[in-house]
Amino acid sequence: MNFKRFEIIKKQVLNEQVTLLEVYAPKVAAKAEPGQFIIFRIDEKGERIPLTIADYNRQTGGVTIIFQQVGATTMKLADMNVGDCLLDFVGPLGTASELEGYKKVAVVGGGLGTAIAYPQAKKLFSLGSEVHIITGFRNKELIILEDECKKVSNRCVVATDDGSNGTKGFVTDVLKSLIEEGNNYDLVIAIGPLVMMKFVSKLTKEYGIKTIVSMNPVMIDGTGMCGGCRITVGGVTKFACVDGPDFDGHLVDFDEAIMRSKVFNKMEQQAKETHICKRLGGTV
Amino acid sequence: MPNMSNEKTKMPQQAPDIRNKNFSEVALGYDKKMAMEEAERCLNCKNKPCMNGCPVNVKIPEFIDLVKKGDFEGAYYKIKETSSLPAVCGRVCPQESQCEKYCVRGIKGESVAIGRLERFVADYFMENCKEKQPEIVKKGKKVAVIGAGPASLACAGDLAKAGYDVTIFEAFHKAGGVLVYGIPEFRLPKNIVQAEIDKLKTLDVKIELDTVVGKTIEISELFDDGFEAVFIGTGAGLPSFMNIKGESLNGVYSANEFLTRVNLMKAYKFPEYDTPVYLGKNVAVVGGGNVAMDAARCAKRLGAEKVFIIYRRGEDEMPARLEEIEHAKEEGIIFNLLTNPVEIVGDENGWVTGIKCIKMQLGEPDKSGRRRPVPIKDSEFEIKLQNVIIAIGQTPNPLIKQTTKGLETYEWGGIIADEETGRTSIDGVYAGGDAVTGAATVILAMGAGKKAAKAIDEYLS
Ligand SMILES: Cc1cc2nc3c(=O)[nH]c(=O)nc-3n(C[C@H](O)[C@H](O)[C@H](O)COP(=O)(O)OP(=O)(O)OC[C@H]3O[C@@H](n4cnc5c(N)ncnc54)[C@H](O)[C@@H]3O)c2cc1C
Ligand code: FES
Repeated sequence: MNFKRFEIIKKQVLNEQVTLLEVYAPKVAAKAEPGQFIIFRIDEKGERIPLTIADYNRQTGGVTIIFQQVGATTMKLADMNVGDCLLDFVGPLGTASELEGYKKVAVVGGGLGTAIAYPQAKKLFSLGSEVHIITGFRNKELIILEDECKKVSNRCVVATDDGSNGTKGFVTDVLKSLIEEGNNYDLVIAIGPLVMMKFVSKLTKEYGIKTIVSMNPVMIDGTGMCGGCRITVGGVTKFACVDGPDFDGHLVDFDEAIMRSKVFNKMEQQAKETHICKRLGGTV
Repeated sequence: MPNMSNEKTKMPQQAPDIRNKNFSEVALGYDKKMAMEEAERCLNCKNKPCMNGCPVNVKIPEFIDLVKKGDFEGAYYKIKETSSLPAVCGRVCPQESQCEKYCVRGIKGESVAIGRLERFVADYFMENCKEKQPEIVKKGKKVAVIGAGPASLACAGDLAKAGYDVTIFEAFHKAGGVLVYGIPEFRLPKNIVQAEIDKLKTLDVKIELDTVVGKTIEISELFDDGFEAVFIGTGAGLPSFMNIKGESLNGVYSANEFLTRVNLMKAYKFPEYDTPVYLGKNVAVVGGGNVAMDAARCAKRLGAEKVFIIYRRGEDEMPARLEEIEHAKEEGIIFNLLTNPVEIVGDENGWVTGIKCIKMQLGEPDKSGRRRPVPIKDSEFEIKLQNVIIAIGQTPNPLIKQTTKGLETYEWGGIIADEETGRTSIDGVYAGGDAVTGAATVILAMGAGKKAAKAIDEYLS
């Protein structure tokens, strides 16, 4: 293959907010496992941003990332095209999810979290677990990976907050009714917005079902040297980039994590506006 | 005629109230005349006490003698006989506790400004001369060097000169280690570090960035890939926290996070650079080492009105370089000594609003020989502020240890390695620098890298 280092080899716009890119990074692809992430940088002035590995192909050396345009950097990333190269793409980072030995698993993906949950479901399915996937989106337009999810599950429910497609309601409602139906899950994996993971964990705690969540706090290095990614789990400080990103949902201090996720809100807004301005051809 | 002045020749520097608003270098260095004048203060003592105070035994009187004679290029090569990074060490070495501590001139007045002279020689050389390319006889053997801090840079350079094909694997997107992510531009301009890295490239050293050893590739795989020896120079990057209430509040940083944002990611140029750093009006930095001084001085430069150093011992016990303490004071950093934080206080939204501290007094000496600070009863007080930066130390990152079977480490995380050779518990694997000693100094890391290079050469010959 004649791709350049960190070249974008595939781009797919999944919806107005969410884009999929496949990046040529053979060393990362060779080692990647579900649950791990990469850190990328677009250019010399860019930030380091973590993204979960959505898929990988050890033969072609491609690593797939799926992301939502939330700030200046992800907007810039969405503006890139096939043939462009990222400056940095380091990984695979974090600890791989432990997925072996489960009989029946519910995989819950909220919004973009679906992209992160998908490789886990895929792996579980290939390991022979019975897999139920529940995904939730605000409305029909935002649904992603529906077909992919169907392929790697025995049952797949897509819920929308407004009922514009399939089931109306939150993923927690769906999960609860599946549990009440008599599905004896020995594991629930919940990946999505912090608030969603918090409520899924609360629900499964009532039923005593082991629950894994995937945390994605602010990160810089991704190797355990800055502590910016610290979260509290079972009363102990953990670095999400090396100790995680998977953690026991019943032990994570979600309220603190939600608080900490707001540190750079204001400055990110500023950067985003600067970028929108540049996108429109303006000067800053 | 020797210059019998009791004081060092003054080195020009940016005025404090100007420099505390910019990131340009504080100390501006000697010119030729000043350097030769200062060199004349050296008495060229026969027993060379200064040299023994230098961890890599730079031939100090000899290089200074060459400066006296105006042979700055010769002086440079004299330093290079035992040291790899003179422009860096001239700027960041704690001279007052090494070479200059033993200078005979220091008995009656100030010691000879050895550090300033070293810096001058290196800067002069960089501006006016071109490094002689050594003749390299290729050995056809590959050596892997992990990390790109001073230990690794020195090790890689010496191995390349000895004819090995050297590849450096660095986790970050830039080589240099602490020299680029930790020590700020105003103390060590990044073009100086870059020049050292460029020199390695002319020696054919390959640098693979974005490679986390232990994740992207493991040490055992390096051997599978044909590397015959490995040097581990991964530093001490794991930040310690205080384990007091409030450390998770918004506005609390480890010094590593704060300095990495500011120096490596250039947050001081936000929004030109994309990485932000949030800083309020008042900031406290906890700790008394170089890291704490750097963090405090960066915070001041980013516009903080009041920056406090909070340190539990007294000024004499501060491990920071003397010059940094003096510079910090001149720049308006407020020192709260013999003070220990007990809690970081926040508002209902999780943002820092203050730090509660307790006053300390010095008691009996502890194991390290420094007098142990003990709290004074009922002396608690609170400082109102928006940020707390924790700079109380770092230990080696456990990543390599966790992924390298058979690599023995101390309980605190340091890799166990022979002091003279850097040999570890694994055949063909060597280690040096902060990864072995815990957070120490550039010169010690560089020295360890050189020793390991020599041992690796012997091992592979
Ligand atoms: C803010 C600050 C100020 C300082 N000021 C001074 C001073 O004034 N004077 C002085 O003498 N000393 C000072 N020091 C200490 C000095 O910088 C260190 O002792 C020295 O840099 C150690 O060198 P090293 O090569 O061992 O490691 P480092 O410089 O820490 O370099 C280690 C490198 O390895 C990389 N790495 C780590 N893990 C991996 C991995 N798994 N795979 C690949 N790469 C990896 C890191 O990213 C890093 O680039 C200071 C330190 C700090 C933090
Ligand atoms: S991202 Fe820096 S420690 Fe986790």
